[in-house]
Amino acid sequence: MNTKSINRLIDSMKLLIVVVIACLLVSVIILCVSNEPGNAISSFFLGPFTSLRRIGNILEGAVPLIFTALAVTLIFRAGQFSMISEGSFFIGITGAMMVGIALPLPSVVHPIVALLTAGIFGAIAAAIPAFLKLKWQASEVVTSIMLNYIIQFFALYLVNYHFREPEASSLASLKIAESAELPVIVSGTKVHLGLLIALLCCVLLWFYIFKTRQGFRIRLVGDNPNFSSYVGIKSALVMVGAQILAGFVAGLGGGVEFLGMYTRFKWTSSPGYGWTGIAVALLARRNPILVPFAAIFIAYLEVGSGIMARSSDVSAEVVDIIQGVIMLMIAADALLQGWKQRLIVKNATEGGRA
Amino acid sequence: MKNITKVYPNGVVANRDVTFEVNTGEIHALSGENGAGKTTLMKILFGEEKPTSGSILIGGKEVDIRNPQDALGLGIGMVHQHFMLVPSLTVTENVILGIEKRKGLGIDYRSAEKLVGDMGRKYNMYLDPKTKVRDLSVGQKQKLEILKILIRGARILILDEPTAVLTPQETGELFAELKNLRDQGFTIIFISHKLDEIRELCDRITIIRHGETKGVFGLEGITDEELSQRMIGRDVQLTVEKPECRRGGAVLSAKEVVVSGDGDKPLLDRISFTLHSGEILGIAGVEGNGQSQLVDAITGIGPYDGGEILFSDSTIRQGDIRRIRKSGMGYIPEDRMTLGISPSLSVTENMIADKIDDPRFFSKGGFIDNGGIDAFSRQMIDDYAILCQNGDVSISSLSGGNIQKVVLAREMSSNPKLIIANQPTRGVDVGATEFIRRKLVAMRDSGCAVLLVSSDLNELLGLSDRLLVMYGGRFAACFSSLAGVDGQTLGRYMLGLDKQDEDEISRSAM
Amino acid sequence: MSVFQQIFSAEFVAMWLRVATPLLFASLGAVICEKSGVVNLGLEGIMLCSALAGVIGSAYTNSLFGGFACGIAMGLILSAVFAYFHLVMKANSVLCGTAINTFASGFTVFVLEICTGEKGNSSSLKSFSFGTVDIPLIKDIPVIGEILSGHNVLTYAAFIMVGVIWYMLYRTPLGLRIRADGENENAINSVGISVNRTRFIAILLCGVMTSIGGMYLSMGYLNMFVRDMVAGRGFISLAANAMGQCSPVGTMCSALIFAFFDGLSNILQLLRIPSEFVQMVPYAATIAGLVIYAIQKTESEKRKRRQMGRKVLENA
Repeated sequence: MNTKSINRLIDSMKLLIVVVIACLLVSVIILCVSNEPGNAISSFFLGPFTSLRRIGNILEGAVPLIFTALAVTLIFRAGQFSMISEGSFFIGITGAMMVGIALPLPSVVHPIVALLTAGIFGAIAAAIPAFLKLKWQASEVVTSIMLNYIIQFFALYLVNYHFREPEASSLASLKIAESAELPVIVSGTKVHLGLLIALLCCVLLWFYIFKTRQGFRIRLVGDNPNFSSYVGIKSALVMVGAQILAGFVAGLGGGVEFLGMYTRFKWTSSPGYGWTGIAVALLARRNPILVPFAAIFIAYLEVGSGIMARSSDVSAEVVDIIQGVIMLMIAADALLQGWKQRLIVKNATEGGRA
Repeated sequence: MKNITKVYPNGVVANRDVTFEVNTGEIHALSGENGAGKTTLMKILFGEEKPTSGSILIGGKEVDIRNPQDALGLGIGMVHQHFMLVPSLTVTENVILGIEKRKGLGIDYRSAEKLVGDMGRKYNMYLDPKTKVRDLSVGQKQKLEILKILIRGARILILDEPTAVLTPQETGELFAELKNLRDQGFTIIFISHKLDEIRELCDRITIIRHGETKGVFGLEGITDEELSQRMIGRDVQLTVEKPECRRGGAVLSAKEVVVSGDGDKPLLDRISFTLHSGEILGIAGVEGNGQSQLVDAITGIGPYDGGEILFSDSTIRQGDIRRIRKSGMGYIPEDRMTLGISPSLSVTENMIADKIDDPRFFSKGGFIDNGGIDAFSRQMIDDYAILCQNGDVSISSLSGGNIQKVVLAREMSSNPKLIIANQPTRGVDVGATEFIRRKLVAMRDSGCAVLLVSSDLNELLGLSDRLLVMYGGRFAACFSSLAGVDGQTLGRYMLGLDKQDEDEISRSAM
Repeated sequence: MSVFQQIFSAEFVAMWLRVATPLLFASLGAVICEKSGVVNLGLEGIMLCSALAGVIGSAYTNSLFGGFACGIAMGLILSAVFAYFHLVMKANSVLCGTAINTFASGFTVFVLEICTGEKGNSSSLKSFSFGTVDIPLIKDIPVIGEILSGHNVLTYAAFIMVGVIWYMLYRTPLGLRIRADGENENAINSVGISVNRTRFIAILLCGVMTSIGGMYLSMGYLNMFVRDMVAGRGFISLAANAMGQCSPVGTMCSALIFAFFDGLSNILQLLRIPSEFVQMVPYAATIAGLVIYAIQKTESEKRKRRQMGRKVLENA
């Protein structure tokens, strides 16, 4: 066994432990609070597979998570901790809505323009905390979170004052033009073209990070900024570039989610996909190719918790609790380190004898 | 300390069967080259490292020292080379950290301040108890460190190279204080390799080389020559086949380069030299005499505050690393783990990290060309005899010597005009060491200029065509030819015992 | 009445102090944590959970003290989890804090529903609140009495805590160790004190302060728990700590500045500005504050560098 396969073994074991503990925890919580735990547990774990529509729900639910997780992956790969993917996603929704409502365009062009607008809005949002750090070393963590709130209110303002449906009693925008909607690709579900766009983005970003010059720079900067500067890379600029691209991806995701799933803007607050995206990105070990799997797992938990909430007495928020626990455990670098060290030492001593 | 042996987990033997004895009430010097094992031995005494075998006796009784607290309890205190002080706290607060006395809920500051003041006066090391440590001079910080351990009840004081950061005046003051302490019955262990200082201050000296004791001497009965010979040794010179030097035009020149430090003493004091193509210029010196500042300034990583460094006819500025590298400078850094590699990337990726603009590896559109990269990586692994399964393994799984070969492969494969090699063979096994040295000579023979900074005198004497010796941020000597120069001669310059004439140095350094 | 008149009224001052109270508690917690060298991004989640724990605790024990104890216990538990994962399991502090926040947003709604059957607020629970205090004599002085007297007991406590925390940090052995810990771990180690133990204590203390701040929201500012009621105050507190350069008094001042804009947004609602813009004010003010502080810092560093350079040239 070489070091690489030891690493892989430990990583897979860690993932397995995290997933098992997450599922156990769900069961324990349900056992504690439910009067009909059997029903609740089975609807949570098995419910999502009981119909085509529900399987479709998992895929639909995974789409926004894939985009935000890709954004988080890019940002973390560059060694940054901007939390802007939440804001970029929401402003992306807004951008797509504006184009969808206000610009009369033919059918194929319309969603493309709307999605590009969404991406650009997201990129602009992400550029702000990145720039503030580049120029004055203002911590990107806090500024990006504050910006998320500002974006939330700004988007609500736009809907409320410029795109509001006058007849609706609660906040809702006008209907977007049908030409802007993304088509459903699996009949009998709401799975839309956005899923393919999301998967395409995963492949493209995997290619970008691992197969291009700029991606190589990002990995160098994120792994050891001293070293990247020493080989002559402008590390600070690379960090900013990665964050802007991440903002674009998250914004694009907002646009895709909106055009694929909705005809009106009905949110009253930012939907939180950016935060969930962190859990997904960590689960996928910051590898774009693994992001869809992690996103589908989290979406599965969310769909399951939704079904459980409808068919039993346990509420769906259990899934947020689980997400917090998953993040905590995945982030724990020391988890299984002792075992890994023993394996490496054992490996080294045996190798020495051979 | 009896028969102390220390083997580190990575297999390095720092001390081998060392016996070290100090009498009450003496100042005892512990001396030897860098990496000889002095600091490790003292860390064992202070409880910061555990000996693999051996025993420690104090006043004839065997003691068990597991951590610094045990050591302090037995009256042993250590002043580290790097100060263990908290800058924003006051003198008093630093002294009482961990042994605070309360009055009610809070710290009894008044009695603590009085104690610090009284102790200071008693030992002739008075510091204002209310001053913040960041406002103290380096010399005062040192006094504070000594006070800190005295107040904790230390009777045996270990000082690890205390004069390295001091000006001559401060050194004088420190010596007066230490002598005063000795006269009051304290025992002092003084780690240093500056012979003049040892002679001025100490009663006896123990010399360590390669982790072994090379004898204990009373300082009256031994000459400087004998001491430096025992410290630096006369190992068999390394034989690297070296053809005649074919010196070409100037590649790098430094004019009156100044780097100011935090204190009043500049770290580099008006350094001038020229490096020509086809030669290896060695820089010798005990660590901390300005070598790292010089290398940082030349490579564009660190600043310089005065003078000019010219490389390929253009001035070097801090942060301009990309341009410096493009114009043909390769750099083998001293601290390869933090500067020389990207630990979680693969061997291959580490090799091409500086060649992002090379069309062999990245096509015009900016895409990785796996074919080109793999071919290159395989060739480099072959050429540099790097021991690894293949280029895709993570570089941090390699041994130190192989990691250094990867660094070497990267830096030498970019057709450099100049290579800066800073401690290129430190912590590297014998085989790799020889390989690295031969590569450096091969680069020189192909017309490259090499600046070799090393603390290994055999390496310097074996490889250099010209040799500069640094002492206190200046050149103490320059040898245009190494014929007849040996370790002992170098040692005297390195330890500040001798100094060549300024004009002579500047003439031969050009 | 114009906005200016509003600002200079005693009611505004009262409201200002009201909105400042939770920020003060949480940012004082952040001060302790950061002094020991830990950035605690989980403040937001700790506040939220404690706000709920206080309400439920007081409703079930039928006493204010029971609620207070529950809230503190909640803060301590979450802080201990944060500390364990960050210090022992070596998880990145930003990720740890984010995990705590994610957990908290789900956990509070989950528990709220179990206890009340609702997901929005706890109005159906009969919970207790911290009362207001009238200061004798002072309350009878016109204007000053109105400004100084009649506030919530926790508001007074918050200002007293500024002094208490200052005393703890600068006058007690624990504070000395916390400060040394954040600045030079080696110094602490070399005199035989455990770095991690000191940090653990600091994180727990921070948890206590933060949970009081959270409880104030649901048991003082309002009389019930409302879903997501912390609304970024935990993060704003971190910003206040950064701007206050980690000193209790400086942090109090920045917390008051941020609270001022929070209060201002309440007044601006009377104007005919879209309410969304008004709601942005506290967050925008936080970014502006952070940036102004950061600019100042980089400028002063530049100045220092220039002066150093000049000094060397003069000496040469």
